Amino acid sequence: MPAKIILKNKKPMKKVKVDTVTIDIIESALRSARYEMDTVLFRTAMSPGIREQHDEFPMIANSEGKMVVGQFGSFIHGFLAGYEGTVEEGDIFLTSDPYSVNGAISHANDWLAMMPIYKEGRIIAWSAMFGHMTDIGGKVPGSLPTDARQIYEEGVCIPPIKIFQGGVLQTDVLKVILHNCRLPMWNLSDFNAIIAALRTAANRCIEISNRFGDDLFYSAMDEMLERNKRAMRELMRRTIPEKKQYFEDYLCDDGMGMGPYKIACSMWREGDKCIFDFEGTDPQSIGSINFLLNEEMFKMFAGVYMIMVFDPQILFNDGFYDLMEVRIPKGTLLKPLKPAALSCRTHALGRIFDVLGGLLGLGNPAFMCAAGFSDSPHFMYSGYRANGEWYQLYQIGFGGIPGKPFGDGPDGHSLWPAFTNVPNEFLESYFPLRIETYETIPDSGGAGRFRGGNAIRIGYRFLEPGEISIHDDRWLTYPWGVNGGLPGMRSKKIMVRTDGSEENMPSKCDRVKVEAGDLLYFDTWGGGGCGDPLERDPANVSFDVEAGLVTVEGARRYGVVVNEDGVVDAAETTKLRAKMAKARGGVQLFDRGFTSIDELKSRCEAETTLPAPKAPEFTRRTAAVVKPKGKSKGKAA
Amino acid sequence: MSYRLGVDVGGTFTDLLLVNERTGQTWTAKVPSTPADQSVGVLNGIAKVCERAGISPELIEHVMHGTTVATNTVLTGTGARCGLVTTKGYRQVLQIARSFVPGGLGGWVIYNKSLPMAPLSCTIEADERVSASGEVVRELNEADLRAKLEALKAKNIEALTVSLINAYANDSHERRIAQIAREVMPDIPVSLSSEVVPEMQEYERAVTTVANSYVRPRVQRYVHNLTTKLATQAKDVKLHILRSDGGLASASSAQEYPVNLLMSGPAGGVTGALWVAVQAGFPNLLTVDVGGTSTDVALIMNGEPRLRRETTVGDVTVRASSVDIRTVGAGGGSIAHVPELTKALRVGPQSAGADPGPAAYGRGGTEPTVTDANIVLGYLPEMQRLGGDMELNRGLANTAVTKVGEALGKRVKDAAQGIYDIVNENMVGALRLVSVEQGHDPRDYALIAFGGAGPLHANALSRLLGSWPSIIPPGPGVLCALGDATTAVRDESARTFIRQFSETSAKEVHKILTALAKDAAKSLEREKVPRKEMRFGYQVDVRYKGQGLQLTVAVDLDDLLKRGLAAISGPFDEEHKRLFTFALPLEHELVNLRANVQGRGISIARPALAKGTADPKAAAVGKQKTYMDGRDYTATVYDRAKLKAGNKVAGPAIVMEMDSTTVILPKHQGTVDKFGNILIYPDGYQAKSKAAASRRAASSKKAPAKGRK
Repeated sequence: MPAKIILKNKKPMKKVKVDTVTIDIIESALRSARYEMDTVLFRTAMSPGIREQHDEFPMIANSEGKMVVGQFGSFIHGFLAGYEGTVEEGDIFLTSDPYSVNGAISHANDWLAMMPIYKEGRIIAWSAMFGHMTDIGGKVPGSLPTDARQIYEEGVCIPPIKIFQGGVLQTDVLKVILHNCRLPMWNLSDFNAIIAALRTAANRCIEISNRFGDDLFYSAMDEMLERNKRAMRELMRRTIPEKKQYFEDYLCDDGMGMGPYKIACSMWREGDKCIFDFEGTDPQSIGSINFLLNEEMFKMFAGVYMIMVFDPQILFNDGFYDLMEVRIPKGTLLKPLKPAALSCRTHALGRIFDVLGGLLGLGNPAFMCAAGFSDSPHFMYSGYRANGEWYQLYQIGFGGIPGKPFGDGPDGHSLWPAFTNVPNEFLESYFPLRIETYETIPDSGGAGRFRGGNAIRIGYRFLEPGEISIHDDRWLTYPWGVNGGLPGMRSKKIMVRTDGSEENMPSKCDRVKVEAGDLLYFDTWGGGGCGDPLERDPANVSFDVEAGLVTVEGARRYGVVVNEDGVVDAAETTKLRAKMAKARGGVQLFDRGFTSIDELKSRCEAETTLPAPKAPEFTRRTAAVVKPKGKSKGKAA
Repeated sequence: MSYRLGVDVGGTFTDLLLVNERTGQTWTAKVPSTPADQSVGVLNGIAKVCERAGISPELIEHVMHGTTVATNTVLTGTGARCGLVTTKGYRQVLQIARSFVPGGLGGWVIYNKSLPMAPLSCTIEADERVSASGEVVRELNEADLRAKLEALKAKNIEALTVSLINAYANDSHERRIAQIAREVMPDIPVSLSSEVVPEMQEYERAVTTVANSYVRPRVQRYVHNLTTKLATQAKDVKLHILRSDGGLASASSAQEYPVNLLMSGPAGGVTGALWVAVQAGFPNLLTVDVGGTSTDVALIMNGEPRLRRETTVGDVTVRASSVDIRTVGAGGGSIAHVPELTKALRVGPQSAGADPGPAAYGRGGTEPTVTDANIVLGYLPEMQRLGGDMELNRGLANTAVTKVGEALGKRVKDAAQGIYDIVNENMVGALRLVSVEQGHDPRDYALIAFGGAGPLHANALSRLLGSWPSIIPPGPGVLCALGDATTAVRDESARTFIRQFSETSAKEVHKILTALAKDAAKSLEREKVPRKEMRFGYQVDVRYKGQGLQLTVAVDLDDLLKRGLAAISGPFDEEHKRLFTFALPLEHELVNLRANVQGRGISIARPALAKGTADPKAAAVGKQKTYMDGRDYTATVYDRAKLKAGNKVAGPAIVMEMDSTTVILPKHQGTVDKFGNILIYPDGYQAKSKAAASRRAASSKKAPAKGRK
């Protein structure tokens, strides 16, 4: 039964004609309000994840719940469809249960708050925001257990509830939730910050509505959606071919010794409608790498990606949703059945962007970007200090931005909007560790006419005994290159113990004990290269060599012969380039760095010292729902 | 008899204001700027203003100067070739920056990062390490460093920066490296992060110190040059440079820490606007400086500009205090366009700049700009000459704006109205950043507009924000020079002191603040400011333990001793509640402690305007067809020079002066006050103003804190 919306004022909003300039004005005002939500949140949240790294997403939707400004698309509609109860003035809803909102949030660490904005008895808009909580209890610090098999192991999970009812905070409920978290003060202040941000948006919407009138505000938002739909229809007609395109990519492993998992997607256009079909994706994992993908959110990803590549002027909102259809088979990695574990979904979430890039690029190779830092790897470190105080760090890592037809990918940057690193001096003053190395890794970016960004190496020296968790990927499969560009370097983690011994760590692990003095090198991965490396201007290669971002040896991947000081030997370069071009032949559309999954696995241990993962086993339950076509070892495209 | 001189060097004009320090009498002059060597224009101006005052330049004792040299060096990328020394493992601190990619989801697709100001090829690592608590974990390897510095020297660097990890907690290695560098490369200026900005956060400290090195040689040359030339006119003259935070730096401090001058020019405008507005009786105000390509806005509460702990110029953001000025890419030259896919009307951030400039300038520009829209609307009458001599071609403006009209399916004047409305909205966006977003209600503030185009938009902006009156000061260029001349010498001293309240005491904090004040007073003592004229202020940055950003709380030293640390935590909780609607039951933590000291300002007697009656018709010079709020009006045009105190100018009206034009909208009225300011109110406002006044009074009573990061 859908939610029952209580309106004291039954008068419906009236659609009125809005002058185009007024729409622009309201659009700017709403955009400012959205940024103001961020500002309020950053200033008052307490967990470094939200405060420093900005792992949060605000949104303002119209009275029907369609996102007008924001990033990830609206989940209000899904929430309303599934919520059994009333929506009343003064209510604010809170949930962290992905299954109750069809994946609008995709693991229980994300707390989503939603607020209907009432004005004179009617809902004029909605504000919503979700943010990642550093800890929500459960079996491991950070609440992202690699080995969880059910969501019940992943900490406190909040079904959609009214955390404010008629304007009154339900303190007992909040108490119950906080009681289950390891760092309740962080949760409390992050929660407060989110609520303050929602209220800020509410005040702004009411101000705008006062200024222009409710009907006009309503109609302008409608027109903003319509305007976006028109622009997107045009864009899709031009860029999405009617012929079916197919692309697949992989998650390397599940942290339990099985992998890779395949994500497959086909895309085509039928008239004005664009269809994305994930048929062929592997069944859900028995572990926690499942990603409950919300169809609407995927539409937003696809739309935003198109906008960025083809026309960044378009402001994106939910307007174009009718123009897309997303089909995700139930029981797959991207539509797991409750109570499948979900906490470590970050890798699949990131990989979706590589899949999208590949799909869209197939139809428009000239606009294609390489595969990049499609993940947010996590590092966690916790324990008790000598004085008995509990410390717990959750940190998101960054890597190489892909090479793109418009330029090189930056080194060691974030693919996620607004994310920033935590200053190392901050880490050192609040946690018992020292960051001894913080640099990008030469040659880790894939060579190309536009090179991929370099990966980051962080050297963590632990100063207290404790436990660490690592959540990373792309240690087995490569961030691929396009249009002749080479793949970027894969990730690795090396633990150097105080006795001098070195050990490669698996890319996903929990509860790894560390002692004071141990050193962990966390190497993320580079971005793939874009375009033929033999066409890169030797002056750019020389610049990178002088800067130490590419080595003398690495320059040879571009066919450039250069010395330590960056001086290019032009004659030798011409010769080498001719020789390489001949040996290589034409350029490939994709360079995945392997010919088949079996071939990749066969050299895994020699290259990484880690055993190759076994082919995934799936549960009987999902096997009944999904009938995978053959085994998960598709040939590389 | 001694005189002081305020000098503002703008893109087109150099404005000067001479003050007799004893009587407060003033003289002004305006001469063309000389961009190739700005000091030439300054000297021309000095000659002119002294002639007007009938004095010898010898009598000028102080020259106060706002300069854009540092700003332009950053904007044009023409700074020094910088070397950088980091701690081993951190060579790429500027390359990685904060890993931030602007532009929202997918923004990376179109993001091309600019190169760091210190190239990686000129960055070396020192083998050393200091811990977060300041203890030396690894001694500096001097032999290794010396060899690397020699290699760096061979790369012909022009300035050197040293920025080591945790140097804010212990600067000994940075200082030792500076010594070695002076031996290896004695002629190269060295900037230390522990001196320029001794605060936590390695990237921010490094980028700030590198920016200091980057602009330093040019600023040094300029200041040295100017000092030498001034000395030929007046041998004992002291040159002071306006800093981004509105204080004054001595010539030597300006040369050593030029990163503090990045906002020197705009800060002069804010200071001047403040002076004018306070005199007119409005201590709470929003300032709007509309130029050709951008608009600078700031908020002033209780006569004090809000300060921010960072300064942004172009895409460089550094940790240096500045008046909280926000810039939006919306000015007279901003171009209006209609994207094909969305059919929306967009204005800026692209700008026609000064060349070719708006279509109406007739210099080959064909894109419709805000200035063109103002012409189409009739706000810039054809008889107006921009800057005194530039003719406006109405036909060209019309043709350009018509393009937008056709794309929108609108008449040309409606298209112009659209451009005018959108650019106003963009400016309001910036004004909201400094007001609403910081918890201030714009209805409690007056709005003062300057810059060539400010008075065209002031009335409309005030109406959008509810900020009354709109204050239009006479002579927008002189405003900056006035700001320069009225600024007091000021310096500040700060240190990071991270302590939970339970780990420190009011006594300890008191002791540190007192020591900081002593340190800050040194530069004033060098300027021979008598002790009794020094005014001290104390601030601490506080947060809840574990919180990221901090709020700045003003501290009264006596109160601190009397009430203990509650004198800090109380106001902090209040401010936190005011801004974010909640306080937390958590321990407080100190982050930075700061003391500032300033000398006495100067009192200036502005000549009072001759008094007239309410009727302004003696100043009327013609009629003008205008289009306002979507309707045709015939506006009366006035010559500002002929307006008298007490004149009431009813809208619709256009008031012209040499370097600006004021628009008064229908149903609004501008009153000329005794200083020549035009104060615009909506008709019937007086009746409502009581509520605002009481709100204003209430808001000025609280306000324990000011200036936040």
